[in-house]
Amino acid sequence: MKSLAELAAIRDKMKQGAAIGEDGNEKIRIVVGLATCGVAAGARPVFDAIAEELKNQNVTNAAVSQTGCIGRCTLEPIVDVIAPGKDIVTYVHVTADKIPQIISSHIKEGVPVMEYTICAYE
Amino acid sequence: MIESQSGSKSTNLSDTRFYKKQRRIALRLCGIIDPEQIDEYIGYDGYEALGRALTEMKPCDVIDILKKSGLRGRGGAGFPTGLKWEFAAKAAGEQKYVCCNADEGDPGAFMDRSILEGDPHSVIEAMTIAAYAIGADQGYIYVRAEYPLAVKRLEIAIGKAKEYGLLGENIFDSGFNFNLEIRLGAGAFVCGEETALMTSIEGNRGEPRPRPPFPAVKGLFKSPTVLNNVETYANIPQIIKNGPEWFASMGTETSKGTKVFALGGNVTNVGLVEVPMGTTLREIVDEIGGGVPGGKKFKAAQTGGPSGGCIPSKHFDVPIDYEQLAAIGSMMGSGGLIVMDEDSCMVDIAKYFLGFTVEESCGKCNPCRIGTKRLCEMLEKITSGKGEDDDIEKLESLCRHIMSSSLCALGQTAPNPVISTLTFFKDEYIAHIKDKKCPAGVCKDLLSYTINEKCIGCTICAKNCPADAITGAVKTMHKIDQSKCIKCNVCFEKCKFGAIDKG
Repeated sequence: MKSLAELAAIRDKMKQGAAIGEDGNEKIRIVVGLATCGVAAGARPVFDAIAEELKNQNVTNAAVSQTGCIGRCTLEPIVDVIAPGKDIVTYVHVTADKIPQIISSHIKEGVPVMEYTICAYE
Repeated sequence: MIESQSGSKSTNLSDTRFYKKQRRIALRLCGIIDPEQIDEYIGYDGYEALGRALTEMKPCDVIDILKKSGLRGRGGAGFPTGLKWEFAAKAAGEQKYVCCNADEGDPGAFMDRSILEGDPHSVIEAMTIAAYAIGADQGYIYVRAEYPLAVKRLEIAIGKAKEYGLLGENIFDSGFNFNLEIRLGAGAFVCGEETALMTSIEGNRGEPRPRPPFPAVKGLFKSPTVLNNVETYANIPQIIKNGPEWFASMGTETSKGTKVFALGGNVTNVGLVEVPMGTTLREIVDEIGGGVPGGKKFKAAQTGGPSGGCIPSKHFDVPIDYEQLAAIGSMMGSGGLIVMDEDSCMVDIAKYFLGFTVEESCGKCNPCRIGTKRLCEMLEKITSGKGEDDDIEKLESLCRHIMSSSLCALGQTAPNPVISTLTFFKDEYIAHIKDKKCPAGVCKDLLSYTINEKCIGCTICAKNCPADAITGAVKTMHKIDQSKCIKCNVCFEKCKFGAIDKG
């Protein structure tokens, strides 16, 4: 890193967290909390299930990634679905068996599975 | 019920009550970015503070900003960070070091782990800024080996930063060099004490040494050293970027900014919270934490871990900062906040923390090694029903001696759990000693189980009693043989009619 301009170039490319697909369109981000707390609550199998299900259902406009701890231990595993231009949807107490439904309904058809979201708990 | 800004029901976790009173600076990107992708950190203005410090500021300007911000050490003691850096900058010495204390050891505290796992670059960036400010070219992060994921993410982050030229030589073409390495601790609590930590980095057994000289003058390898806690560092890039006035606008007169607390114990929403200094315990426990579950009453909150104290409900509305907590016999500590309900025995709590200190005392000085052991034994005696009338005076006297004569903060603060419970819950000590009763029903030796007239003779207690201590015919009132009862609480848990009394 030689200058602030070089740094700014990377920052602008990142566009504050957006993921750009190969086709140039912004992807839906599926973010799994994978800090020690999330992992202990079973977030790894959830992460793997999402990656596999995206493949199984031939989803190309979404990508799964990891993040740290958001601070709500009792709600782990926590998965955020961040679609461009839409409100963030937070799924809590996620298990691998809930993933196919979340992918087919929310990611493919744009209808969040309300019963698994934070709304159902608070 | 949570609502989004538009008024409809929100599906976003950030809109819940848990986050309403929070202000996230140290935890800004935890749970937001992928900690293993340096580009994501840069995407949220990461390394901009470092770039500006190296290209637009002199080292003394950086220190001035920190001094003006009012940032104080988040490891617990609350020493002004800018002043610490200034001492190290002015200290004579060719070689200087920057260290990070990630030896998080308080029971129930996990804020440092969360930052390292969620946003490791913020710590790396801040340490590089510190190195520039004091004139160091080598840094160490001392992290416990029990945090494998934090270590892994730090390693990835350091590797990436080196690849990007944000660590190494001639950073931002400024001629400034900084190399950063990880040192793993074996999990000794005392290594969180600054002099013991540096002794451990040097490759020796982790034992403290007397201060002064302070590390800023004579620290690691006898060179001037800045040692800050993970959370302290995580604040720094934001302070440089947004200015000292921004940071000083939050908090109280003496304590600026925010503090991360690991909220645990008998509270509905266990979790990690970051609130402005000056937030009250009531706001944290009731509003953010959702109160005590099961309709139980709040009894006390323990802050500061084994060095802290228990705060009773009458101090629920005290604004939390370094001075206020000290004034009510506790301390900020690293930020563990354990909520206790009416079923907690305060003598037992004090015994638990003393048991921890006894295990973790390094043994170098007598007051800590022997004193904490004796203190723990006295508490054991009281909780087992053998307490004598003058035990409280003896406890108080021993506490004073340990505090005044121990070598390091571990021993000096070890009696705090005893002193604070003696201050606010003396009646419980008296009940244990004089009446041979544990009011909370925790201390087994002081409990006896009896069956009352609500018993319908269902026999469930007798069937479940592992000691065969309960007798009685079907549909007649049962009886517990006190000589056989092992006080395992099984009958109390199994009875559906509230027919078991304990006390």
